[in-house]
Amino acid sequence: MSAPTVPPESGPLDVPAGPLSARGIIWARRRAATARFARAFGQSRSGLLGLAILVLFVVVALIAPWVFPRSVLDVTQATGQPFEPPSREFPLGTDDSGISVLALVMWGARISLLVGLAATVLSMFIGTTVGISSGHFRGWFGSALDRLTDWFLVIPYLPLAIVLATVLGRSLLNIIIVIGVTSWPGTARIIRAQTLSVEGRPYLERAKALGAGNVHQMTKHVLPNVMPLVLANTTLAVSISILSETTLSFLGLGDPDNVSWGSILEQGFASGAISLNAWWYLAAPGVCVVLVVLSFNLIGRAIENILDPREQAA
Amino acid sequence: MALLEFDDVSVTYHSRGADVPAVRNVTLSVDAGETLGIAGESGCGKSTLTSTVLKLQPKTAKVTGEVRLDGQNVQTLSWGKVRALRWARASMVFQGAMHALNPVQRIGDQMSEPMLLHDGTLSKGQADTRVGELLEMVGLPARRAGAYPHQLSGGQKQRVMIAMALACKPQLIVADEPTTALDVMVQAQVLDVLSGLVRDLGVGMVFISHDLSVLSSTCDRIAVMYAGRVVEEGPAEQIFDNPKHPYAAALAGAFPRIGDTRFRYAPAGLPGDPPFPGDLPSGCAFHPRCPRAEARCSVTEPELVTHGDRTTACLVVQDQGAPA
Repeated sequence: MSAPTVPPESGPLDVPAGPLSARGIIWARRRAATARFARAFGQSRSGLLGLAILVLFVVVALIAPWVFPRSVLDVTQATGQPFEPPSREFPLGTDDSGISVLALVMWGARISLLVGLAATVLSMFIGTTVGISSGHFRGWFGSALDRLTDWFLVIPYLPLAIVLATVLGRSLLNIIIVIGVTSWPGTARIIRAQTLSVEGRPYLERAKALGAGNVHQMTKHVLPNVMPLVLANTTLAVSISILSETTLSFLGLGDPDNVSWGSILEQGFASGAISLNAWWYLAAPGVCVVLVVLSFNLIGRAIENILDPREQAA
Repeated sequence: MALLEFDDVSVTYHSRGADVPAVRNVTLSVDAGETLGIAGESGCGKSTLTSTVLKLQPKTAKVTGEVRLDGQNVQTLSWGKVRALRWARASMVFQGAMHALNPVQRIGDQMSEPMLLHDGTLSKGQADTRVGELLEMVGLPARRAGAYPHQLSGGQKQRVMIAMALACKPQLIVADEPTTALDVMVQAQVLDVLSGLVRDLGVGMVFISHDLSVLSSTCDRIAVMYAGRVVEEGPAEQIFDNPKHPYAAALAGAFPRIGDTRFRYAPAGLPGDPPFPGDLPSGCAFHPRCPRAEARCSVTEPELVTHGDRTTACLVVQDQGAPA
């Protein structure tokens, strides 16, 4: 949407030049930078909308245990009739065993968000490390990493994830690992391309002339320059991770002890909610997935606009 | 012992199965407090030659001969020692400062980077203080350290690069076309800053430019390069006012002096382009473009011959003996 404009007086020079200690200056700068970021983000309407949706879901996930005690999810203690349409007592209807779909969706938000974020962190970490390294080291090491990326890229994602999930067993940690380990090659590819373009720029030659080593060059010069891309990719990856979690759970490879949006969909599908016209059973988790994915995309776009200094210059 | 010595240095690129000699048998030296200018057209090996000082030449390039910094052959040093030497003992002002600065870092952080890399005991605060001093040394206010590169003008960025080159108090500065892409006023300011620093700090400087008039006003000595070789070397004023090698003469003639009637009705220029280093003409590499070429020039490659403090590689000039 509209690129946030930063008022000119909020340049990096508004740090008071006084007899401050070095640490004081650094903290003053950081405070100023954070304030600037918040101001710029506040001007992005789509970013705020995304943030609002995300905050809503995070709050829902956090308060779930207080609104619905865990016992509500127990089939033996279900209070409603199977497939009750939405009513006062059950705002989103009930499932095939009479449990409130609202309770399921709220509890499912916890797992879906947790898996989505954790898997993304893992996937971003692997993707960025591999991408920058394969772009920076031109010799056999870089080529080997590049071939590894290719290899992961051409293997069909879903069968690989299914095989991994089967081998590792069904647990929360394992599903995070499965998604993280299978979803990094796209990121690595993009980061590698950007790294190659950054590596060719004269400031990397300058860094080499300064006596900088490989690690310094990669972390201080390449990483900050590919960071907007990493962030933009992160938000996309969160969406993909949440969708993957949904997919794997739908296929019955999720954590059996916890309910997630994917496992609700699976249960609904298996219990014949479609033929019984119990639309609320499938629509509720489906809409949640769509909203969360949308919110991450909106936020990512807004952050990308703010963090790129070249866009501010314009 | 000179501060920097090129001793019979040749640099050969290996490209598509063929050897491309970019620099051929160059011998030059620079003393502390002295400025050596290297002149020549694009592609004649100026930058390739100076990249060997910090071992920055591409991995595919083969360097023969010795590049000695303070008597130590840079090319045979280990990777760790080369890294320790870079910037601490010899630094560079890069061609095109606009691009040599990282766009996403504040210039103060980029300037303190070499200091922190080379001196582990230096605190961030001490480095910031030094950055302020350096900025003021090149005529910028210390508070500009908080600016990003895009907030500075071209001349300011070039000064930042010069200040950065001084960060670790090097003995030698290599300035690779530091004034290209700057307008004349800014160019004059940057040149003033550079020659002032050489005078006050007593560092040695290698100054690369294609502009002989710039070199003659900043350098003590000038070496003119053509097709990877030094074709003429001598005191700066003499090379500019009384060039002997036809190529140096053409280069000097390309920059008319205002008020000198000789330039008014005879616009000078040199037709053609420098030869591709992988496919050099026989004999003297300059003979196809040389206004004074004779038959023997296409057969015999001239040696560098010294007369007094002038050195020239040209058969025609050498026959005339004493300076014209």
